[in-house]
Amino acid sequence: MRLSFYQRNADKIRIFLFILIMFAITSPIILSYFWLILRSFSVDMKGFIPTQLTVKNWRFLWSEIKGYPNIWKTTLNTAFVAIMVMLFEVFMTSMGGYALSRFDFPGRTSMMKFILVLHAFPSVSLMVAIYYVLKYLNLLDNLWGIILLKASLETPWATWVMKGFYDGIPWEMEWAGLVDGYSRFQVWRKVILPLVKPGVAVTAVFAFLSGWSEFIFINTFIFSQEFWTLSKYVKATIGDFRFADYGLLSAVGVFYALPTIILFFFVSKYMIKLTIGGVKG
Amino acid sequence: MKGKGKVWIFLTPMVVLVVIFFAIPVVLTAILSFTNMDYTFRWDFIGLGNFKDIAIDFVIPKVLLNTLIYTFTTLALFNVGCALLISLLTTSMPDRWGSFFRTLWMLPRLTPSVVYGILWLWIFDPTEHGLVNFIRAQMGMPPQDWLHQAPMVMIIVANGFIGASMGMLIFTAAIKAIPTDYYRAALIDGASWWMITRKITLPLIKWQLLFVTAYQTLSLLTSFEYILIITNGGPTFRTEVWALYTYHMAFSNYRFGYGAALSVILVIIGIVFAWLYLKMFKFEDLMQKPKVEVD
Repeated sequence: MRLSFYQRNADKIRIFLFILIMFAITSPIILSYFWLILRSFSVDMKGFIPTQLTVKNWRFLWSEIKGYPNIWKTTLNTAFVAIMVMLFEVFMTSMGGYALSRFDFPGRTSMMKFILVLHAFPSVSLMVAIYYVLKYLNLLDNLWGIILLKASLETPWATWVMKGFYDGIPWEMEWAGLVDGYSRFQVWRKVILPLVKPGVAVTAVFAFLSGWSEFIFINTFIFSQEFWTLSKYVKATIGDFRFADYGLLSAVGVFYALPTIILFFFVSKYMIKLTIGGVKG
Repeated sequence: MKGKGKVWIFLTPMVVLVVIFFAIPVVLTAILSFTNMDYTFRWDFIGLGNFKDIAIDFVIPKVLLNTLIYTFTTLALFNVGCALLISLLTTSMPDRWGSFFRTLWMLPRLTPSVVYGILWLWIFDPTEHGLVNFIRAQMGMPPQDWLHQAPMVMIIVANGFIGASMGMLIFTAAIKAIPTDYYRAALIDGASWWMITRKITLPLIKWQLLFVTAYQTLSLLTSFEYILIITNGGPTFRTEVWALYTYHMAFSNYRFGYGAALSVILVIIGIVFAWLYLKMFKFEDLMQKPKVEVD
């Protein structure tokens, strides 16, 4: 029996078709990121072709934009928030996850249930009360307020994730340490913690990126320009330059998104473990 | 295990911060909803006053309608629909291509929200500099002012491209966990790709479909960050959703008591939907059946 061209190549044709469909529905992502980077280096664009290349859009790096804080001070603030959120979260979750994974203490189950309930509670619906708490603690218009808040809101879920990493380590490791005369705390620090390094790394990178990208809390709880982070800076440029200067807008955007792009491939690998924890739709 | 007291060495840092910034605000929100606190921060209890105001607030019906349209359209088209399409297609092609596309779809979620906002402002730019209007111009059509023509479409699409990635990851993991024997048997029987998808893949990832539907309904109900950046609820409340209205009431109008009351209702709506899903899909029955685990 002779098969037609289509029948002989059915599989290949189907795969080719699927790849085409995927390109079509992914095109807004491909095109817009491509545009963003190209636009930041061009004077103007006709469709996707720059009329003339320039670095003038990046002028905010060496000369201040009128009415805006210094970009490097702002970047430093952003890095400060991101690193502190990361340190707090790593500290709290590596200890909390160990406790939930290894200790049988009264209230363990109710604590784990409580964490799940808190997670279901959308943090955005708490903003009013959080404003009051920050004001009471004198942490409004203060980066420390943002750091503590951000770390606390993300810790419950991140602790669950860390608990998962601890659960994967056999008890024998701990017994060996205890038999050798370590205390419980020493066992954790010298034996177990080095074994969950991948978990700590994942938590750290995600905490860093979420601190780096934070927008809503900065937008709401920070008023002074000297405490601006890059998200507020970019938001302000959208307001002021949206119709006037896409070049500046895209250059500032690329600058802000750089760490994300650098860490992207590491992060996307571990995404499945943590996406369920995201508050973004 | 010995040394039960020591557990608190490990737990105290976490518990203290979570109580201050998470547990206390939960309780405080409920209490604040019975006050008419404003920027003077005076505690005046007004009973159910805020809830009565909500009942007669003339913007509320519009906001409620927007919230439902936004949540369920985004959910159906992107967070579940598009996510399912991507995972079905990318698992039916060589994995090099499959993971290439899936990695690209992760990009929006990891991009800082304000930068992501810039991309969509450009795509829907009212002049020919914007992507959509540029394409229209190539076909000889005049540019459109999308912000006024179709603001709801803007925020649904912008949120959808982020929302699709979660479902995509979960569905893909589930599809990859299906034993290949089923597929081999079906191929020997001469089943087509469509038949295999309909009769083998979809029934086996049913649990994941329900989970993503339920979970993403709740996240979409409360998400407003991208709407704030792209349209800020405008023009004239046309994209104002419940969560954003809460935010505006509290932080643009400084009606903290009213904002808290709106939050309480949002949480109640969320709980109602969670309960409905539990009933409708008979989660308990599904839990007992053998199912394919996510990881």
